[in-house]
Amino acid sequence: MRVHPAEKRWLVVAILLVAVMIGLVVYTAVAMSVHPPSNVEAIDSTRLHLSAEFAEDNLGVKRGTDGTVVARVVMARYMVHPQELTLPAGTPIVLRAASADVLHGLNVAGTNIGTQVVPGYVSQVRTTINFDSVAKVGVRNADGSVTVPLFCNEYCGLGHQSMWGRVRVTRR
Amino acid sequence: MSAAGGASDVRRPDALTLAHIWVGFGLFAVATLLGLYQLLERNEVIRTSAAGYYGSTTLHGVIQAFVLTTFFILGFGYFVTATSLKRPIRWPGLAWAGFATMLTGSVVAALSIVTGRSTVLYTFYPPMIAHWTLYAGAALLLVGSIPWIAITIAMSVTWKRENPGRAIPLPQFGMTSCAVLWAWTMVGVVAEVVFQLLPASLGLTQTIDIGLARALFAWTLHPIVYFWLIPAYVALYSIVPKAAGGYLFSDEMGRVVFVMLLVFSLPIGLHHVFVDPEQAAGWKLMHAFGTFLVALPTLLTGFTVAASLETAGRLRGGKGLFGWVRALPWSEPVALGGILALLLLLPGGFGGLVNASYAMDTMVHNTMWMPAHFHLIFGGAVVIMYFASAYALWPRLTGRRLHSRSMAAAQLWLWFIGMLTLTIPWHIVGLLWMPRRTAYSPYDPQIVARWRPYTVVMIAGGVLLVISGVMLVANLLLTHRNREREPDRSMAYADTIEPVVTVPALLNGFATWNWLLVVLMTVSWAYPIGQFFFMHVDKALPWGPR
Repeated sequence: MRVHPAEKRWLVVAILLVAVMIGLVVYTAVAMSVHPPSNVEAIDSTRLHLSAEFAEDNLGVKRGTDGTVVARVVMARYMVHPQELTLPAGTPIVLRAASADVLHGLNVAGTNIGTQVVPGYVSQVRTTINFDSVAKVGVRNADGSVTVPLFCNEYCGLGHQSMWGRVRVTRR
Repeated sequence: MSAAGGASDVRRPDALTLAHIWVGFGLFAVATLLGLYQLLERNEVIRTSAAGYYGSTTLHGVIQAFVLTTFFILGFGYFVTATSLKRPIRWPGLAWAGFATMLTGSVVAALSIVTGRSTVLYTFYPPMIAHWTLYAGAALLLVGSIPWIAITIAMSVTWKRENPGRAIPLPQFGMTSCAVLWAWTMVGVVAEVVFQLLPASLGLTQTIDIGLARALFAWTLHPIVYFWLIPAYVALYSIVPKAAGGYLFSDEMGRVVFVMLLVFSLPIGLHHVFVDPEQAAGWKLMHAFGTFLVALPTLLTGFTVAASLETAGRLRGGKGLFGWVRALPWSEPVALGGILALLLLLPGGFGGLVNASYAMDTMVHNTMWMPAHFHLIFGGAVVIMYFASAYALWPRLTGRRLHSRSMAAAQLWLWFIGMLTLTIPWHIVGLLWMPRRTAYSPYDPQIVARWRPYTVVMIAGGVLLVISGVMLVANLLLTHRNREREPDRSMAYADTIEPVVTVPALLNGFATWNWLLVVLMTVSWAYPIGQFFFMHVDKALPWGPR
C-alpha cells in the first residue's frame, strides 16, 4: 500500500487534532467536573402529585438547612409548574425536574441549565448562574433582578410553543 | 466487457435508477416548498395554525431525511454497482419488489401525516404515539431497502471470487460499506418500531419503556447520517475528480475512509442523548470519544478530494500555490458540486465538533443551532452531491445531453448560497437560545426582538432554496425531452495517477470489520440498552399529539 508523504503528514495532523479535542473534553470532565446532566434516577411519572418530592406544595425554590438552593419543577403539557422561579446568581443551585406526561426539554436562556425531561426519570442540573450572562439576554426588572425565559425545547404536542416559564435571577 | 465509446454499458439498471431517484427528487421538491412555508409560519409572516406548522415539519423531515435519502441512495447505488463492476444487477425482480415496498411505505406514511393523525415530527419520540399507519409506512420503507443491501453485498462477494487478488473498484467498495452500515444502522429503529411503537399505536400494549426507546433510536440516529453521507463521498472520490479533468489522489486512502466511516460512526449514538437523565455520564463520555474519531475520515476526505482537484487544476494549466483553484472548471456542474460540498463541510464539521463536545452540547441542545448544523452538513454538503451526481448520471441514463449546463451550475450556486443564508442566522439565533421546532414565539417581546433581525435573512434563504429546487427538477425533466443525443453513455470513474491493482485484504472487504463491530457494538451498547431490562422504572403511558 502506497501512501503519499503529504498525505501521511496530514494524517498525523488530523490524528493530533482529534487527540487534542478528546483530551480537552476529558480534562474538563475529570478535572473540572463538567458533565451533562446524567443522574439515572427513576420516578413514577403518572403519580408525581402523590410523590413526596414533586407534590404541588413542594415545587419551586427551597433553601436547605445547609444553604443549598434546590428548585423543583414539573413539566406537563403545556405548562411549567411553577410558572416562575426566583434563583440567586453566584450560588450553587440544584434544579430537579420531572415530566407528568410526555418528553419535554428544559432550557433557561443565559445559563448552563439544559436537560431533557423524560417521563419515568428525574432530571437534575447542578450549576451556578452568572448574573452578567443572564443580564445580557434577559429583561431587567425594577428591583435590579433579571428575568429570562425557561423554554420547553422538546416538541411535546400541538401546543408546544406555548410551554414556557420564567426565571427571575437576583444578584446575590 | 468495457463499453467505452459504445452506446451503453452492458444491461445497466437505468430504469431502476431513474425510478428511484425520481421518487426521491419529486418528493424533495414538495418538502422544500414545505420548508419555506414553515419559515413563513414560525416567523409569523403568515399565520394558519400550529397544527399546520407541526404537520408540515413532520412531513418535511420524513421526506428529506428518510424518503429522499433512501430512494436516492438506492438508485445511485444500483447504478454504481452495475457500472463499476461491469455486471448487470443481480436479482432485478427483487430490486423492483423492494422499490414497490418502499414506495407503498412512503405513500402510507405521507397519507398518515397529511390527514393530521401523525403530527409527531420525524423523530417520533415516544410516549407521544402517532396513528399506526405512520409506523407501518416507516417499517415498509426500511424493509424495502433490504434487497439493495443483499444485492450490493452479494455482487461484491461474487466479483471478488471471480477476480481473486484484485482490488474491487473503489466506488463499489464505498457503496458496499454503505450497505453494510445500513444493515447495522436499521437494527435499532426497526426494533423500536416493531416491538414498541407499532404495538403501542395499535393498543396492544398499554405502556412504553421510554429509556429503551430512546436508546434504540439513538443506535440508529448517528450512523443513519453516514448512510446518507457515504454516497456523497463515493461521488467525491470517484466522479468529481474525473469531471474536473484530474485524477483521484489516493485510492487506498479512500478505502481507509470508507472503513473508518463504517467502524467509527456506529458505536457512538449516545451523543444524541447527552442531556438525557436515563444514561450515565461514563457511557456518554465513551460515546463522545468515538464521535470525535468520526471527524478523522472527513478530515482525510477533505485532503484527498482537494488534492485530486489540484491535479485537475494543474493539468488545466493552473500554476503556483493557488493558481490551480482558478483553473478548475467552475462551470462544469459535477466538479462545481464537489467544490461547493467541500466548502460546506468546513462550517458544518465545525458545528458538529461543538455538538460532540459532551458538556458544551448542553448549551446548544435543541436550540436552532441544531437544525442549522444538520441543514449545513446534510441539506448542504450531502444534498449538493446528490444534485451533482444526478447531473453526471442523467445524460448516461437518458441518452440525452443535459438540458442546460449553465442552469445546473446556477442551481448549485443558488443552493449553496441559499443554505448559508438560511443557516448562518439559525446558528446565531440558536446561540441566543431560540428553541427549535416551535410554531410561534409567544415569549417576552424583549427576548423575541433579539431574534427578529435574522428572520428576514432566513426567509430569503428559504426562497433561494425553493428556486434552486425547482431549477433542479426542471432541468432533469427537460433533459428527458432533449433532442440532442448524448453520444457516449458509458460510465467511467476517476483513475488514480498510478493504477491500483492489489490492496491489502483489509481494504478489500468488510468481514474482519464486521467482527470488530460486533465487539464494539457490544461494548458500547450492551449496558446502555441492557440496563432497561433490569432497572425498575415505571413505564410511560402513550399520548397522542393533541
